[in-house]
Order: sequence, then C-alpha cells, then structure tokens
Amino acid sequence: MSRSALVARLAILGLLVAFLVAPQAFAPVFAPLNEYGAPAIYDQGDLLELALSHLWLVLIAAAASTVVAVALGIFVTRPAGAQFLPLSRTLVNVGQTFPPVAVLAVAVPLVGFGQAPTLIALFAYGLLPIFENTIAGLESCPPPVLEAADGLGMNAWQRLRQVELPLAVPLIMEGVRLSLVINVGTATIGSTVAARGLGEVIIAGLLSNNAAFVLQGGLVTALMAILLYDGMRLLEQRYLPTSRN
Amino acid sequence: MIQIDKLCKRYGESTVVDDVSMVIEPRTMTTIVGTSGSGKSTLLRMINRLVEPTSGRVLLDGNDTTAEPAYLLRRRIGYAIQGLGLFPHRTVADNIATVPRLLGWSAERVSARVTELLELFQLDPGLYAAKYPHELSGGQQQRVGVARALAAKPNVLLMDEPFGALDPIIRTKAQDDLLGIQRRFGTTIILVTHDIDEAFRLGDRVAVMSQGRLLQHDRPAALLTQPADPFVAQLTGSGDKSLKLLSLTTAGEVADQGIVTGPNVSWSMSLRNVLAELVWCGAAAATVVGPDGDPIGHVTLASILARGRQAR
Repeated sequence: MSRSALVARLAILGLLVAFLVAPQAFAPVFAPLNEYGAPAIYDQGDLLELALSHLWLVLIAAAASTVVAVALGIFVTRPAGAQFLPLSRTLVNVGQTFPPVAVLAVAVPLVGFGQAPTLIALFAYGLLPIFENTIAGLESCPPPVLEAADGLGMNAWQRLRQVELPLAVPLIMEGVRLSLVINVGTATIGSTVAARGLGEVIIAGLLSNNAAFVLQGGLVTALMAILLYDGMRLLEQRYLPTSRN
Repeated sequence: MIQIDKLCKRYGESTVVDDVSMVIEPRTMTTIVGTSGSGKSTLLRMINRLVEPTSGRVLLDGNDTTAEPAYLLRRRIGYAIQGLGLFPHRTVADNIATVPRLLGWSAERVSARVTELLELFQLDPGLYAAKYPHELSGGQQQRVGVARALAAKPNVLLMDEPFGALDPIIRTKAQDDLLGIQRRFGTTIILVTHDIDEAFRLGDRVAVMSQGRLLQHDRPAALLTQPADPFVAQLTGSGDKSLKLLSLTTAGEVADQGIVTGPNVSWSMSLRNVLAELVWCGAAAATVVGPDGDPIGHVTLASILARGRQAR
C-alpha cells in the first residue's frame, strides 16, 4: 500500500473514532437532513458501544467460519475426503444462498432472541468464500513442489503444514477478508432479533423517519468494512512472506 | 549397492516398467536414458517409492526398501528434480535445511551444514541464504535443488532431469559440478535424462530404456561398440559413433611420455575436443598439461584416430 493510501486510511480511522467517541460534535453535519428539530445524532444508545458490539459479533462469526471452512477445505482435498467434495460444496453453497433473514427466522424459535441467531446466520453466510478459496489455494500448489515435498521425506501432515498451507494462505486470507466485509454489512440485520449492533441505529432511523440516523448507521458500518479489509491486508503483507511475492 | 529385482509397474492395461532388473554399484554414477514414455522416471521413482511397484522389489544395501515407511526411506535418499521443485515460500537456506530439520538435527548443525553446502555450490551464504527461489537465476535454482538433495549427506542421490531447464552453457557447468561432487563424496547417483550426450558424459554406466524395458546397462564404450539392441545402436548414433567414443576418454588418461611442439590442451579435455583443437591448429600432436599447468605428456593425431576406430 502506498504512503498516501495509508495516510488516507488513517484519516478515515481517525474520523470514525472521533465520531464514535464524540458524536455530538458532528451534529451540525447531520442536522440539515432532519426537519422539525428531530435529533441529528442517534440518542437511544451509545454509538461506540454499539459499534464495538457489532464488530465483536462479526469477528466471532468469522473466526468460527474460518475454522470450519478451512478444516472442511483441507479435508475434501485429501485423498480420504475427496468423495465428500460435492456434498460439502452443496452445503456451503446453501449457507450462502439461504438469505440471512430467513436463517434468523428459523434460528430464533430454536435458540431465542439476541446474539445467538445472528451468529448462526453470519457463520453460515461467511463459509462459502473461505471454503472455496481454501480449496483453490490448496489446489494451486505447483505439482513439482508437492513432488519435492514427498521426495524429501515429508509425511502427509508435514507436507500440509509446511508446504501446502503456507502456499495456500494468501488465497485463504483473501476469502476471510471477503467473508468479513460481507458480514460487517449483513450483521446489521441482527438488530431485528435484538442483537446489539449498528443495525439498531438504522432501524431506529427507519421507524422514526430520521434520515440522519440511517445515514450514521450506514456510514459507520461501511467505514468499518473498508478499514477491516485494508487493515487485514496490511497485516498479511507485514507478517506473511508468501503474500508479498 | 542398489539391487533392482524384477521390478514392474502397471497402470491398468498398460505396463510402464516391464520386468527390470539391474545392480547399481556403490560410489558410481548411473544414467538412465530413454525417450519420453520409456518408463525411466517411473523406474527412478520406484527406488524411493514415490511410485509403489506392482511387483518386484528394490534392495538398498541388502535391505528391502519396503521395510520402513516410505517417508523415512526418502529422508535417507537424496532427490532432485528440475529447479521448479524448490519451495517458493522458503528462503534458500530453509529450502536446503528441509531434510536435516525433518531428521531433527540441532539448529547449529543445520546452519553449519547449510553454509557448507552454499559454499560448495559457489553461492555466497551472506548473499544467497536469505533470498527466495524466485530471486535466483535458473542455474542458481538448480544448484540449490541439488544442495537441498545432498543436505543430509545421503549415500544415494536420485535425479530426474535435473538439468532439463538449463541453457547449454550453464548445463555443461552443472554437469562438471555434479561430477566433482560425485568424486568428492562418493555418492551413488542415479540420473534420468532424455539426452544421450548427457548420459554418456556423466554415467559410469548407462542404462537404456525403451517401452518399459531395460535394453542395455553397460559402460558407455560398450554401448557404442557392442549395442545389444537395434534401438540402442540407433540411440547412440550411427554417424558420429567414433567421435562419441573419443568424447568418453580424456587426454590425461591416454597421454604418452614426452613433450611435443603443438598446442597445449588440458588433461581433462576429451579426445574429441583435442581432435577438434588439432584440426583447428593444423597440428599433428598436442602437449597435455595437468591441473597445475605443468606439461604431463602428449597425444598425437594418429593415436586419437586409432582410438576412434575401435567403434567399428
């Protein structure tokens, strides 16, 4: 990432933090959107707390998706698991095509209101990019490299740990990032089943016809998604040698 | 010693390696040569069990290679393929350290060995140890590949077209280096190639394969003078047989006492090249100089021609 791009990201981060910590300072910016003296800044909860709770929800769901999708991706690319590839692919695809709202509707009667149904929906929704990228990454390892790993005396586990996974990591991380970004946006629907998150701000705005609220919820969510994506890429480039080449 | 005993490999109906038996003496270099699809690579891979034989067995110093898990066997046998087999995510040093680490060597021993090998292959450790394979030239990658194969000091080294991706000049240099290493460490080397000149140049013995069968396994000169099969005769060349034979002998091996007027040639130069030198200079004899530059004898045009006639 170039220096100017980095400065731009840091500026966005600073703006976001400033807004979350002291939202009233931004009231003049949002006031023109509302008429009849309606509040310009969300006043039914602490924005910072909502944003952190939103982020937390997304990170937990992404961690769970990553563990399951990567494990499944590894399994179906081993000789023993190859026959389960079509089945796994179908299941993961269903997780993506089944709308998260519908997942919530199914999950609430089973696990109640709150964070649990939202986590389930985000988990299922985030599997596909990670799963497919894990498979693509593992299958993109050059055959001569794998042959050398075998020829030098690595067993199956060592070959996976020392050669295949390191080579697949850039693609896997690409999938994780994609999944995270999708779910930062998707998590707003969690507020319909009482999960604490930025969706509350948007819904409150829709209910009271307050455009400023809707915009605030949407903007904070969008900025979080952008920063998360770029921040992860920076970390990868810093700590994963294979991502640099 | 490696004994290959009635080795077969079949995939369904097709037989890739058909009842091959051969004995490979320790501390020698054997080249396996054949056209593509002759089964030469499959034969090589059955030695370290990258391919499991359909029938037959391989004995390494008298022990059946199936007596231990394949990955443990492979750690004792060096394996080098074209430069592409380097791990792209590991530095040169880490690539070379692969097998010693698998064997659980201490960190100090591993790093000492890596430095030793880099120096042996004329790669300055300070400059190259931390580089990644994609930062190296083809010739350097190839040297790292061989260094990696030799890292744990194996007695046996298997090489599958190791010089296939190199241009002719670097290739000759790589072949010289390999000969030097073989002489220095006494490693038993089995090298697969489709290049008959390379096979002749490197092999103490040459095995010729065609359609899965071993046609002949003998000294290079015997392949030229007594081909066991029309295919061997065809492969070893009909037109320049005498020159090929001359290329198998160096000037130092046949030099006679005494110094003559004529060009100086190195003791390690093949008679074929000495002949070319004599033709070029219009001389009838050449003085042979040893490794330190001192004259050690001479060869005459007539003696070279006499040697070349043995091919008939």
